[in-house]
Amino acid sequence: MDILYFAWVRERIGRPRETLDTNAATVAELVEELKSREDRYAAAFSDLSALRVAVNQELTDFDASLEGAREVAFFPPMTGG
Amino acid sequence: MRILVQEDPFDVGEEVSRFSAGHQDVGAVVTFTGVVRDVPEERLKVMEIEHYPGMTESALAEMAATAMDRWSLADALVIHRYGRLAPGEMIMMVGTASKHRKDAFEAAEYLMDFLKSRAPFWKREITARSAQWVAAKDDDENALKRW
Repeated sequence: MDILYFAWVRERIGRPRETLDTNAATVAELVEELKSREDRYAAAFSDLSALRVAVNQELTDFDASLEGAREVAFFPPMTGG
Repeated sequence: MRILVQEDPFDVGEEVSRFSAGHQDVGAVVTFTGVVRDVPEERLKVMEIEHYPGMTESALAEMAATAMDRWSLADALVIHRYGRLAPGEMIMMVGTASKHRKDAFEAAEYLMDFLKSRAPFWKREITARSAQWVAAKDDDENALKRW
């Protein structure tokens, strides 16, 4: 599964993307797995209310299932326009 | 529908002419243009816009298609830039064409409200003093509720 990071999430984690083999069933489980890896992940994911997530390029929430997920992206609230 | 996500500048006049031409039975064309605003206290040097290639295009196309369904529109246009922009440069524009102005105005506002909070762009303001990600505003999130 490809994991993508944007804006300050990318900066905090220190990379724009990575590929991960995971058994996580939901986004929340994936977040827990990432947080347990290193401090910089724990810091980036410390406040989920400040984050948004997309699975396969569709906005979703942290309870979402990862069944069929090829790409998961984490980022702050969007500031377009 | 014309959806463009690009680094290069665009010519607003040219886009409006192109968008307005070629439609019959259209009595109203509304366009909105977003401009990089200076941060006067700090002197903005550059605004950097990051986006999510792939998702950006599909999110914008979905918003435009929803607007076309919901209002009586003959056409919709969304252009959004990314990369490094100087104060005064055009960031983005939306256009809506309809028989009557009410649909064109409302659909343009809808597109703007969704672009603000649901299109995967992130802005960073680089001034002489600092580089800061622009925080999303509660007002922008609340603006979605009326749709």
